[in-house]
Amino acid sequence: MAGRAASHTDATLGIEQSGRWSVLMLGGDWIAATATAADAALVRALSGKLEKGFPPDFAVGDTASEIAIDISGVGQLDITGAWLIHRTRTELEECSLGTRLSGASAEHRQLIDRVAEAEHPPPEPAPRENWGVTVLARIGRGMIGVGQELRDLTGFFGLLLTVALRTLINPARLRRTATVHHMEQVGLNAVPIVMLMSFLVGVVLAFQGAQQLQAFGAEIYTVNLVALSVMREIGVLMTAILVAGRSGSAFTAEIGSMKLREEVDAMLTLGLDPMETLVLPRVVALVLMLPVLTFLADIAGLLGGILMAWGALDVSPGLFLVRLQTTTDIRHFWLGMAKAPVFAVVIAMVGCRLGLNVSGSAESLGRLTTRSVVVSIFLVIILDALFSVLFSSMGI
Amino acid sequence: MNGTLRAVTDEHGDGAAIISVRGIVNRFGRQTVHDGVDLDLYRGEVLGVVGGSGTGKSVLLRTIVGLNRPQAGEISLFGQPVSAMSDEERRRVGQRWGVLFQDGALFSALTVAQNIQVPMREHLRMPQRLMDELAALKIAMVGLPPEAGAKFPSELSGGMRKRAGLARALALDPEVVFLDEPTAGLDPIGAAAFDALIAELRDRIGLSVFMVTHDLDSLTTVCNRIAVLAEKRVLVTGDMDTMLANDHPWVREYFHGPRARAALASSGEQTQPAQAGTAYPEKADPEKAD
Repeated sequence: MAGRAASHTDATLGIEQSGRWSVLMLGGDWIAATATAADAALVRALSGKLEKGFPPDFAVGDTASEIAIDISGVGQLDITGAWLIHRTRTELEECSLGTRLSGASAEHRQLIDRVAEAEHPPPEPAPRENWGVTVLARIGRGMIGVGQELRDLTGFFGLLLTVALRTLINPARLRRTATVHHMEQVGLNAVPIVMLMSFLVGVVLAFQGAQQLQAFGAEIYTVNLVALSVMREIGVLMTAILVAGRSGSAFTAEIGSMKLREEVDAMLTLGLDPMETLVLPRVVALVLMLPVLTFLADIAGLLGGILMAWGALDVSPGLFLVRLQTTTDIRHFWLGMAKAPVFAVVIAMVGCRLGLNVSGSAESLGRLTTRSVVVSIFLVIILDALFSVLFSSMGI
Repeated sequence: MNGTLRAVTDEHGDGAAIISVRGIVNRFGRQTVHDGVDLDLYRGEVLGVVGGSGTGKSVLLRTIVGLNRPQAGEISLFGQPVSAMSDEERRRVGQRWGVLFQDGALFSALTVAQNIQVPMREHLRMPQRLMDELAALKIAMVGLPPEAGAKFPSELSGGMRKRAGLARALALDPEVVFLDEPTAGLDPIGAAAFDALIAELRDRIGLSVFMVTHDLDSLTTVCNRIAVLAEKRVLVTGDMDTMLANDHPWVREYFHGPRARAALASSGEQTQPAQAGTAYPEKADPEKAD
């Protein structure tokens, strides 16, 4: 017959006595599909007996110290089956039992020999570490990682500054096409989602503020509340967080997959500087677009406030706008806008930096993309807090 | 059931193709890749599929293993047409073959040993000890060092990843393996060892192999038959002599080029232990090659 049949019969195992020999009778098909059951049968038949070094079940009288493995009944045999037979034989030999393989066809014997030839000792299991030590080591490694990341980012910022300066001196070096492309990606395409989100936040702020202020009969201050918080904090912060999730991660993924496909290495060998071709256009695009998005977010947030104030408080849009102009200083708007370029640099830098850190596998790409979002949002919020401290100490 | 080896004297005498492909049409957009491809893979043979770049060798492989649905045509796996199979049957057929993708396609989150154990765990629910043993055995059989088992794919070289991929393809001792350019990117020693391994598996356990390759040494040393993909179909199949006798311009250029001559000449000089005793006399005549 040619090759193996589509169907198979289960592997069988029996023990017989034949003179001085105990005989393990193997039958059926010893192939991968039957191996799980065959392995279990072998373990059952031999367990507890081998440790004693002299399996009583196999012994005939006191003289029997040898075991034959008879595989004449075996139908199909593949590498997995051959391994089981070889392993059994080795185990018996380790118990200083003489072992003989009988009834093997030439092909079966060849296969078993081939498996014996290939065998090498299974790897040592890794030593288990103390639980407490493991936890401490993880914390330590994490802290070192954070430190290294901060140092890396600082170094990267320096590198970015030198490239930016070089480009400032010679503006023709800026990749205009790439920059405009990224401006579209991170700016124009983000307009709907940024405005919608900011609008909804404006609505929520106005509604919640109005409910609280109504208790004091001061619902008109809702206007101050919405205007101040949207323009000074919420508008820019929400925009930055959204852009970090949307574009920062995209930067990491784009540059990371280029890194995986060795495109970045190809650039280096072609004399192109990845900082100039990949990083700077993204940073410039985000620095230009994040203030624009923030401006639009401010408008949308105020619109949401106006609409809610009109619906829930009967403050007409006209009154809202008059109140806005008379009570809210324009400097709050500028303070909010001033943060946008700083956040943009941080988001773009983290995204590009982690993208360039990708190495080895797709898993590393996924991990760093996630990390890029977490790190940039974290840094944006820290910076926002620092800005608050700074502005209040400046008295503005 | 008198043995597991393929019949060495019977050149597909029973006519039972283990895999057969009839009239496959593959179109991507407006580009037709295949237009009526007919091909058979017989038990216990190594079939080499060659063709120029873009002739759809890999697409054909992907179509057969079910990763690509053809626009027309019929594929029979182990004598059963795919169109008549239930999902469950289709899934079970997958256990009877192994696929080696071009770069190994190992799961990057798992070590090499764990990669090899994936099909064992999924399909056969083997105990961990047996899986560890078998993984170590497969790693040794494909010629990897023992410590490779604990490594992640990203820590291996390209050639080692290929071997690890083959070990995973062989995890369930399949009847057929599909190899996509198995020796591309290997050094000549590694490539020769790979060829020898394929030949050994064919001769010892009757493995059938569907191999997409450009390696003329593989074609001359291990392939029993060669199929040439050109003009959107299988242009010609047969042993090396058939290829050499064919006068299609592309086939001529391929098998009579300087590289082919070198490969044929060297395979003509040495005796091939892997081929000894097989019924596939594709060993080429050095005279004919010139």
